[in-house]
Amino acid sequence: MSLLRVENVSKHFGSLIAVDNISMMVEPGELRAVIGPNGAGKTTFFNMISGFLTQTSGNIIFDGEDISKLLPARRVWRGIARTFQITEVFPELSVSENLRIAVEVASGYRTRIWQTADADDEVKARVVDLLQMGGLSEDADRLVGELSHGDQRATEIMMALALKPRLLLLDEPTAGMGDQETYDVTQLIRRLHRDEKLTIVLIEHDMRVVFHLADRIMVLAEGKMLAEGTPKDIAANDAVQAAYLGKAAA
Amino acid sequence: MVNLNARTGDAIVWLLLLTAPFWLPLTGGYVELGTEILVYALAAMALNFLLGYTGVLSFGHAAYFGLGAYGTAVIMKYVYESTPVAMAFGVMLGTAAAAIIGPLIVRLRGVYFAMCTIAFGQVFYFIAFQWRDFTGGDDGLSAWHREPLHFGFATLDILNNSKALYFFTLTVFAVAVGIMAFLLRSPFGRTLLAIRENERRARFLGIPVDRHIWMSWVVSCAFVSLAGVMYALLNDFVDPRALRWDQSGNFVIMAVLGGMRSFWGPLLGAAIFIVLRDYVSSHTENWMSFVGLIFVVVVMFFPRGLLGMVRRRLTS
Repeated sequence: MSLLRVENVSKHFGSLIAVDNISMMVEPGELRAVIGPNGAGKTTFFNMISGFLTQTSGNIIFDGEDISKLLPARRVWRGIARTFQITEVFPELSVSENLRIAVEVASGYRTRIWQTADADDEVKARVVDLLQMGGLSEDADRLVGELSHGDQRATEIMMALALKPRLLLLDEPTAGMGDQETYDVTQLIRRLHRDEKLTIVLIEHDMRVVFHLADRIMVLAEGKMLAEGTPKDIAANDAVQAAYLGKAAA
Repeated sequence: MVNLNARTGDAIVWLLLLTAPFWLPLTGGYVELGTEILVYALAAMALNFLLGYTGVLSFGHAAYFGLGAYGTAVIMKYVYESTPVAMAFGVMLGTAAAAIIGPLIVRLRGVYFAMCTIAFGQVFYFIAFQWRDFTGGDDGLSAWHREPLHFGFATLDILNNSKALYFFTLTVFAVAVGIMAFLLRSPFGRTLLAIRENERRARFLGIPVDRHIWMSWVVSCAFVSLAGVMYALLNDFVDPRALRWDQSGNFVIMAVLGGMRSFWGPLLGAAIFIVLRDYVSSHTENWMSFVGLIFVVVVMFFPRGLLGMVRRRLTS
């Protein structure tokens, strides 16, 4: 059974049709990339899955359950975590504090006003794991706001991961990064996919990243689905070539 | 290192507060001035639980301060002359009002939230102002006084002994401030920091943001009610100015002046505010202009408040 099933979803902003009747099925363990030119509706599509926006029509089924009308926090509780195009972290807290909050919320401690030493140790151990997995151990005590763009993004991804999601949504994880940072973040996502067997849907502009990572690719243009398939199919698709990829990826 | 500094800071604060009744008179002050600073500091620190640690600005905290004060006065004057009973009722009244009003406003943000807190605050002001038979209207509720505290084995004469009242107030202050510090160090407290830092991220971590803001609001208002209770006991009197909107503004000024990102900032702000009022008002009626001037300078040049600036100097 598909983990995520998006059925005929549309989003209208007044007379503008940002997303037009799109369907998508994501299997457990899959890494799906959503690509398309600026204004194709990728982020709007994403925002409807995570509950940041509500669709005008259509349904979103997660693990067999219709989540179309749930508030964002409730979708998180069911196992959908996301990152944003513009990194959303807690800039004036340290990296480990950022992760600690995520771990505590994920552990159901968000209303606890005191903590047993055992529970506290468990939280701290998990934070240490996440720091290591994200390559952030050396920066644990630094304020996130002072980190490089790439490390801030890594912090955000690890915060999402702290929630132990069953589906991870990444909105342009390498946006605005240099080559080295792009490489580091790509490797991180690859590890999460390969080693943690995480189901991931990501939006990405960098075609090297997309073709390197994705199991399947969905191409959007002007709110409509243009093509869907394996990276090979997409690279060979004439319509996609014409509309979007150009010669660079050929 | 940071921890050590914070602990040294705490120790200095408590040492100064514990010895204040003895050194305040030497500097030209008096014991009641210290008590008043404690009362306002508690109010400003309670406000700062919401402002500095949850990132939500209320301009209506005087309503709950005033409800605490009126609750105390009403019990003392009409019902039962017992300080603890009156205190408990005052805190319950203020907290209950905040808990009920909270859900109506916690979905609002920024200036809309602030405006609505003012509006609700003014409702209570006009009730106190108009309901002459019960609240004394503009004249306030007088002709009652706080009662000494009986512990069975001993009696603390807070009625006639100003030092006893100071230390009683300090005890109440310490318990309240201790609880707030404890909450802020808990997982719940960290969700509030999360909301302050980045509401969108907090929401997408699965924190029900509105509900947590409501909780923070109720905690904050409970302690501001307690400050109002202590205010009524200190003055043996309460009038509608205790819950007027400019009183709410005073709490905000104290918190911002001292530094809303520092735990003790509002205490410093309250001390400066009360001392200025006391000294300057004996020379000119326009003491508030001086406070305003200092406030503007601080906000322009030290956006983290006076204590925030000192801390930055120490750590850099």
